Amino acid sequence: MTDTATPVVEVDGLTKRFGDVVALDDVTLSVRSGAITGLLGRNGAGKTTLMQTITGQDFASSGTIRVFGEHPVENAKVLSRISFIKESQKYPDEFKPKHVFACAPWFYENWDADFAAQLIDDFQLPVNRRIKKMSRGQLSAVGVIVGLAARAPLTFFDEPYLGLDAVARQIFYDRLIADYGEHPRTIILSTHLIDEVANILEHVVVIDKGRIIMDESAESARDSATTVVGPRGAVDAFVATRKVLHREGVGGLASVTVERLDADERRDALAAGLELAPVSLQQLIVRTTNSTVTEFAESASAVNGVRS
Amino acid sequence: MIDEGKPIFQQIAEQIENDIISGALPEESQVPSTNEFAAFHRINPATAGKGVGMLVDDGILYKKRGIGMFVSSGAREQLLAKRRESFRADFVLPLISEAKKLGISPAELNNLITQEGEAS
Repeated sequence: MTDTATPVVEVDGLTKRFGDVVALDDVTLSVRSGAITGLLGRNGAGKTTLMQTITGQDFASSGTIRVFGEHPVENAKVLSRISFIKESQKYPDEFKPKHVFACAPWFYENWDADFAAQLIDDFQLPVNRRIKKMSRGQLSAVGVIVGLAARAPLTFFDEPYLGLDAVARQIFYDRLIADYGEHPRTIILSTHLIDEVANILEHVVVIDKGRIIMDESAESARDSATTVVGPRGAVDAFVATRKVLHREGVGGLASVTVERLDADERRDALAAGLELAPVSLQQLIVRTTNSTVTEFAESASAVNGVRS
Repeated sequence: MIDEGKPIFQQIAEQIENDIISGALPEESQVPSTNEFAAFHRINPATAGKGVGMLVDDGILYKKRGIGMFVSSGAREQLLAKRRESFRADFVLPLISEAKKLGISPAELNNLITQEGEAS
């Protein structure tokens, strides 16, 4: 929403090793101020490690991190402006949600108690039940409420909704859009439910095996690939010189996903009697994080097998 | 309501245009805010803002400082002219190409259009 020149988060050449495992491999990234960025990737890709390093909860093996222009580790000035909602937040044993919400204003100066009360109502959260007695979904609701009502200038949601049902997730998205519209701030949302959040994101970062493989606006990510469908011969002729992300086929029909086509290329494809289908963000990410060379060869030979 | 094919901001702009053409949003009436569009379509407010901004650039909408966004006078006529211009490429050419595929001759197509036009 805002065009602040300085990025909120700047990561340069960040590498994080756990013994022999390279969790983050030379990551360079800047997070735009005032935007909702999706941090997407498969399990174990490095999403949580990246967020923990950015928020000063873990040390980088090498590289630099700047958050609000400063080093985040043990830096109260930086950390007081961050809210990090994670999947597995731990609370003291006897804690009830009401205790969590009572403490929250000590940590978040923008805390909005009225908004929190409204969210408690929306999620029908039993505030007097002991947290260790609560269901997985109720526990997630506590985190989501803290993350939204804190209105921290930099908010991380790391898979915030384990156990939340479809209705509760929709409430989360609706409240997030509405409150972000009223109080623009920088939000980083990490999730596997890409289809559900695709339209909410302004920017998309995809991490795979510790490396950033996509870092662009959601709008341009949305049209960065197209699926070409038609008779195999015609499709093969059209995609021959292009980078193929995925191919599948049935009978004489082929469906091949290629990188961005410009207006002229689209016209050529239509003139050749081919159909063009959009590729959703989720499909695109599945294609780009799953398509090793061997998998490619296998799917291509499977396609050829159908032909013979 | 939002489909995958086109940029979302463009779809937002087109929906506002459709409402102006249909008269649902009369000239000089106030348009919902960017945040209202975002909430309704469940999209990022910045994306909704981009769609609205496109119409402001085209002179279809104008801003009243501190009040909101309004439909310009003459916006409907301007949109109709633009839509008529793209009617051939958007509707007539695909119709003819599909007719050709099915072996429907131009004369038969003409008849069909006349019949349907009179029926509706």
